[in-house]
Amino acid sequence: MENSDVAEQNDQKKLPRWVIISAFTILLLFLALMGWGLRNAQQGPVQVGQKVPPFELVPFDGGESIKTEDLLGKVIVVNFWASWCKPCEQEASELEEAWLFYKDSGEVVFLGVDYVDTETEARGYLEKFNISYPNGPDLRTAISQIFRISGVPETYIIDRNGKLASRKIGPFISVGEITSMVDSALNQ
Amino acid sequence: MNQIKKFVSNKSYILILLIFVCMLLLAPVNNVNAQNDFPTDDQINEIARELYCPVCENIPLDVCPTQACAQWRALIKEKMVAGWSKAEIKQYFVDQYGDRVLAQPPARGLNWLVYILPPLAFVGGIVVVYFNLKKVKKEPEKLVPNKNIENDKYLQEMEEALNVLNKKEDLS
Repeated sequence: MENSDVAEQNDQKKLPRWVIISAFTILLLFLALMGWGLRNAQQGPVQVGQKVPPFELVPFDGGESIKTEDLLGKVIVVNFWASWCKPCEQEASELEEAWLFYKDSGEVVFLGVDYVDTETEARGYLEKFNISYPNGPDLRTAISQIFRISGVPETYIIDRNGKLASRKIGPFISVGEITSMVDSALNQ
Repeated sequence: MNQIKKFVSNKSYILILLIFVCMLLLAPVNNVNAQNDFPTDDQINEIARELYCPVCENIPLDVCPTQACAQWRALIKEKMVAGWSKAEIKQYFVDQYGDRVLAQPPARGLNWLVYILPPLAFVGGIVVVYFNLKKVKKEPEKLVPNKNIENDKYLQEMEEALNVLNKKEDLS
């Protein structure tokens, strides 16, 4: 018995310590990477009250790019849409109507973010619904990744301090629904 | 003789005329085909199968049935007609929608792990298997009786006890 124990101990000694340490380090790094990925994937959308990271929208009309950093002090309505998205069509006219309602006040900015779309189709969509507020592509899906959207349409309302005031997953049913959310952000 | 010569020359004229007419008939048809067939669905799908639409996860663009993917394929066609190369089209999609649209992520940043880890794991696996096989081959050597085993008190007692038992059985 003692002899077999000695033999086993000898076998274990054969594996250098640096191999064991590096194997465990690689394993831990791999697990950490997986954990980080899972955390990001399961984080869900930006929560109400959270500071929204700044982003930039390059409009389709070729105008100057819009930086949210420059819009502090105003309420920003960020609407994610796509020309292939049928539910987006349900709220397109309502959003335009709400925009026209707030346009002259200068206190509210509407931004349309075209998610994973082709420019030709997107332009056709904007023309079809006479959308006049700034719209642009979600280049490299950078904006949708900031908000961690799960689909389209989704609308996020950012308050004057750059924090998320409210969000709507799915299409708005009426103009009243939009204005009530925007008004509550204005009154905050 | 003259009549035969005349007949042959007439026949060759008719043949040349026929070939000429056939060429005239085929020429416009070929031109039309060339205009309509470029790019073919196969040519479009050759690029599309290397792209993934972020909306439809894990479905290559060439077989994706959604409207978004159909629009992307139409865009590929548009770019091909405009004379863009495969690399230029793929780069356009990357610029518009990010690296994740590519079936094979570009080898930069954390993406390197995708290319390094599998071969490393494979080589590591081979090393582990090799050492284990070596260990298995060595194990029978460990069973070779030790010289000290003959002096083991416990084994001697066991053998004595077994001998007593055997004798008892023989007597009964």
